[in-house]
Amino acid sequence: MQTYTEKIRQAAKRLLSEKRVDAVIGFRKGTVVFMNEPYLAKLPEQADQLVWDGNCGINLANYLPNMTGNIAIAAKGCDSRSIVIHLLENQIKREQLYILGIPCHGMIDKRRIQARLNGSEVLEAVDTGPNVRISGRDFEQTLERADFLQENCAICTHKNPVIYDELLGEPVEEQQIDRYEDIRRIESMLPEEKRLYFEDLIKPCIRCYACRNACPACYCPTCFVDESKPQWVGKTIDPTDTFTFHFLRAFHLAGRCTDCGSCERACPVGIKVRLFTKKLEKEVKELYGYEAGVLQDRQPPLDTYRPEDPEPFLG
Amino acid sequence: MSDIYIAKSNFRGVIERLMGRYRVCAPVKNGSSHDFAPIEDPSEADLGFRNSRLSPKGIFHPQAECMFDYNLAGEDPQAGILTEARKDFSPQVVLGIRPCDAKAFRLDDANFDTDSLKDPWWVRRREATTLIGLACDDPCSTCFCISMGGGPYDTAGLDVLLLDTGEGYAAQVLTERGKNTLEATSGWSSVPSAISALTLEKKAAAEQRIGQAFDPAILVQKDMIELFKSPIWEEVQFACINCGACTFLCPTCWCFDIQDEVCADKGERLRLWDSCMFPLFTLHGSGHNPRSQKVQRVRQRFMHKLKYYQDKYNSGPACVGCGRCVQACPVNIDIRQVGRLMASPGCSCPA
Amino acid sequence: MNNPYLPYPVRIDSIVTETEDRNLKTFKLVFLDGNHEKEFAYIPGQFAILSVAGLGEIPIGIATSPSERGFIKFTVNKVGKVTSRLHNMKAGDVMGVRGPMGNSYPWDLLEGKNVLIIGGGFAFTTLRSSIVYMIDPKNRSRFGNIDVVYGARSPGLLLYKDELAQWERRSDINMHITVDGTDDPNWQYNVGFVPVITRQKAPSAENCYAIICGPPIMIKFTLPVLTELGFPPERIISSLEMRMKCGIGICGRCNIGAEYVCKDGPVFTLERLSKLPDEY
Repeated sequence: MQTYTEKIRQAAKRLLSEKRVDAVIGFRKGTVVFMNEPYLAKLPEQADQLVWDGNCGINLANYLPNMTGNIAIAAKGCDSRSIVIHLLENQIKREQLYILGIPCHGMIDKRRIQARLNGSEVLEAVDTGPNVRISGRDFEQTLERADFLQENCAICTHKNPVIYDELLGEPVEEQQIDRYEDIRRIESMLPEEKRLYFEDLIKPCIRCYACRNACPACYCPTCFVDESKPQWVGKTIDPTDTFTFHFLRAFHLAGRCTDCGSCERACPVGIKVRLFTKKLEKEVKELYGYEAGVLQDRQPPLDTYRPEDPEPFLG
Repeated sequence: MSDIYIAKSNFRGVIERLMGRYRVCAPVKNGSSHDFAPIEDPSEADLGFRNSRLSPKGIFHPQAECMFDYNLAGEDPQAGILTEARKDFSPQVVLGIRPCDAKAFRLDDANFDTDSLKDPWWVRRREATTLIGLACDDPCSTCFCISMGGGPYDTAGLDVLLLDTGEGYAAQVLTERGKNTLEATSGWSSVPSAISALTLEKKAAAEQRIGQAFDPAILVQKDMIELFKSPIWEEVQFACINCGACTFLCPTCWCFDIQDEVCADKGERLRLWDSCMFPLFTLHGSGHNPRSQKVQRVRQRFMHKLKYYQDKYNSGPACVGCGRCVQACPVNIDIRQVGRLMASPGCSCPA
Repeated sequence: MNNPYLPYPVRIDSIVTETEDRNLKTFKLVFLDGNHEKEFAYIPGQFAILSVAGLGEIPIGIATSPSERGFIKFTVNKVGKVTSRLHNMKAGDVMGVRGPMGNSYPWDLLEGKNVLIIGGGFAFTTLRSSIVYMIDPKNRSRFGNIDVVYGARSPGLLLYKDELAQWERRSDINMHITVDGTDDPNWQYNVGFVPVITRQKAPSAENCYAIICGPPIMIKFTLPVLTELGFPPERIISSLEMRMKCGIGICGRCNIGAEYVCKDGPVFTLERLSKLPDEY
């Protein structure tokens, strides 16, 4: 992980001094434990502020739509796939980008760590690679990193960037894993059980839209939630309106979501919104054999029509 | 009424007696965090919490509430005429509120409860509510109440302040309303003499642990236009994703929208939380938007909290240092850091 | 407790289409309860919030002067949900009004002074209120000379055409009506942009206040003319627009710096505006 920091700084410094790019999007060290702040370095000296560790969970591709000029961007596996979606959907041009690919070892989930500690606050955390050394006011512990990864990272099958101009590290081994175990469990619930399950899941939602705004694929100038002529969905925490927002957003992400986990990271009340998006991801995979942003020349299935698309509803 | 004391073993009885006369809101455990909610049983109240995830502002200013009803049935002579929605303003107690949140309500009062205009729902709820606070002995690393003019044992805005002495709670009775509420319960005794010294020790220890952020008084001295035009905003704004998390969790953010919702012949006018972070917030009917750029919205939030509010009301910033925005911001935009930048000479960025 | 969010019920007494493009209509409203009219005592320059149950609310300048009794008038431009519904309503329909709101033109400062009113397009509503107020026999002697420059893109887009013609014929007010252009051979008044006509026809700046309301582009080009003519910033008065919801300085959205446009405005002198952030 240390090496990634050094490599990003070197690359950024080089690209900025050579004026190959106007700015580099990366992270700088956060002011709070387990957090880093997305940062735009514009001068070579600013490159020294860039860092990379297990606290870089937010998808930086979120900042790309409609950016002008030449931009370098640090991108792990899921981020790179989001970049592909942006390219396919004309949100940014390939020639503007210099992608610093980062084979990813997974991001740390601070909520999982805090939950384990039952109230004691973590004041410092050091990501050593295989471990995370945490300390608080009166305790110190070393945790196995693999036990505290973000849920999406634990089941990630695309840790290596699929598109890049420069790869900053050795590719990591991809895993074969069942991504949809939790989805199938919900699918097998009886309708009433399912309804109660989702009602409970959605109950804390305060309609802050952090999930939507953290998502790189949500870039509509006017989100459907904000339309007023006509107003499609109410903006209070009425359960039906709240369901409508989450379900419809998940549908808009079908075939475009790369499961980067930024939505769950961003949610201030800890809702597992990925249960909606992963369901749609599973549907798209089964119907169209498609994974978002893996191939640079395949449009998301709902963006396009092919004669051989499955049509099980036709008699 | 002089300060009184209740042993923790008797505290359940206190809550029961309070529940006999008031609706009681207390911190209720919700997964790994807490939120203020009305309790059905004394055991639901968990005063061992740090602070609630959402601020308790929802008690006076819910995320959404119906203001008026009306019907739109053509033949009805009352059609299209609004009537006030029925509300329940029965007396309530908020038990265990932290000093920062209680102070926040005072700051919100400046907005909702003015000489010329009163917001009837906010004001009536405030009048019906007794705030029994709980002093902080275990502040978070993101707390900075002292810099904002408060403190872990601060009494501003509270009717009673409870101090956890280990074996029990010592209650400082601060207002007439607090006195009346406690007199409705029983089981209190006078404060054991050793407590006062212990309290001072604990207060000092808690204060020691609270970090320094920046001095908001410096911002009062600075010229508004100069701060507004400062180059720091370009840098501060980059990471922001313009969600509403900070504003919705903040106890001193009160902005709201008013909307009508109709179903067949019946309608409601409601108000709901809104946020200066949202692009639509300032969109004119003509299409003109004075804050169409993200940098303008980010600047508005911090200028409002740390400068405009101070200039308007002369009572410190619209921030109590509770740290919720610092913890909740998905991209770690830290108001302490922004405040420091605003307060620094020449307002320059470090890099 | 008085509820400032509760509208007074009013009935639409009449609707007049003001402009040839039919986008502007003047609504004459009558309070269902006579007491409400007394409570609604207002001063020219103030605005009110018009409420349509089921749709929403909009802030609109009051077009009548308090000297006109028994009714209030609002001229509304059709731009969105609420205004579109309003335009489809008819005489006899019931709606709501909240107010009066805002800080009005500074009538105490205007005592004994000459007044230059400059209006453009459909921003003329509170200016109508001011003119009717000033030329009312009870009030006329309180003010010096009154000059009005009012322009629209074409003759058909001028508001209150009948009244403009009446005022033109009076000797106690100098009207300078203008249009950007016209092919009407019977057009009797000026042709030229408002800033140009202002420069040509404005009275001396001495002892004179200028009140200016109009689209941003008109204001942008007219302000330098006023400055050139010698009007200092504290004697140039404007009324601003902002997206509003509560109209009473509580919902927080219409601020410019530490001022709420609905409560501390919408009337601002240029001098006061120059001390506020340029974000409106």
